[in-house]
Amino acid sequence: MSKASPKPVKLLYFAWVREKIGRGSEEVTLPDNVATVADLVAWLKTRGPEFGEAFARPEVVRAALDKAHVKSDAPVLGAREIAFFPPVTGG
Amino acid sequence: MSVKVQSEDFDVAAEAAALTAGRTDIGAIVTFTGRVRHDDKGPPIASMTLEHYPGMTETELSRIEADAMARWPLQASLIIHRTGHLVPGDNIVLVVTASAHRQAAFEAAGFLMDYLKTRAPFWKKETGPSGESSWVDARENDETAAKRWRSP
Repeated sequence: MSKASPKPVKLLYFAWVREKIGRGSEEVTLPDNVATVADLVAWLKTRGPEFGEAFARPEVVRAALDKAHVKSDAPVLGAREIAFFPPVTGG
Repeated sequence: MSVKVQSEDFDVAAEAAALTAGRTDIGAIVTFTGRVRHDDKGPPIASMTLEHYPGMTETELSRIEADAMARWPLQASLIIHRTGHLVPGDNIVLVVTASAHRQAAFEAAGFLMDYLKTRAPFWKKETGPSGESSWVDARENDETAAKRWRSP
């Protein structure tokens, strides 16, 4: 492994994503090979069965970088806060 | 333009009055109130809990409101969305739009609700009469409703 990204990133989980993972937030240092949101999801799934469960159908989990909606191909470099959640159901 | 996310209830008439107080350029006010109701299908619900993403919710609602302001000649607008524990009959959401004429106010209110339902980070969890709870699924027709506002 080469050098890890120096800055920790805050991950946030909401609704059933939060319930399946078992926590609402955590700080992680992303490995170098995590370039996009999709890469991050793939890496998270290696961290335990609770992540496998939460991201069993990654296409239904939405993401936001620094509080703005993004697609799974969005680059995560420089993000301070990355959130994962189900499709929204407000209103 | 104003956005509020709160657990307390709101008074529709008071909010509309405050928004338009002292204004003589407003000829049309549209208010939309969304309420907790029993599902048409399925068993009745006992309560509902609304979770949201503090910070992103306000940012996203402000963005949606700015979009509406850019598209219609609005003199004023307001979005209030409640969070936390609610029961059937409770208010959930209020949208108020004010314009010189009715068409802009009607259309902007529809736009705000359609975009809010597909963009604002809120999630509903329903609890049934015997205590069992489940997350509400996103509806395909909400997505379709939001798409009708896209520029060709």
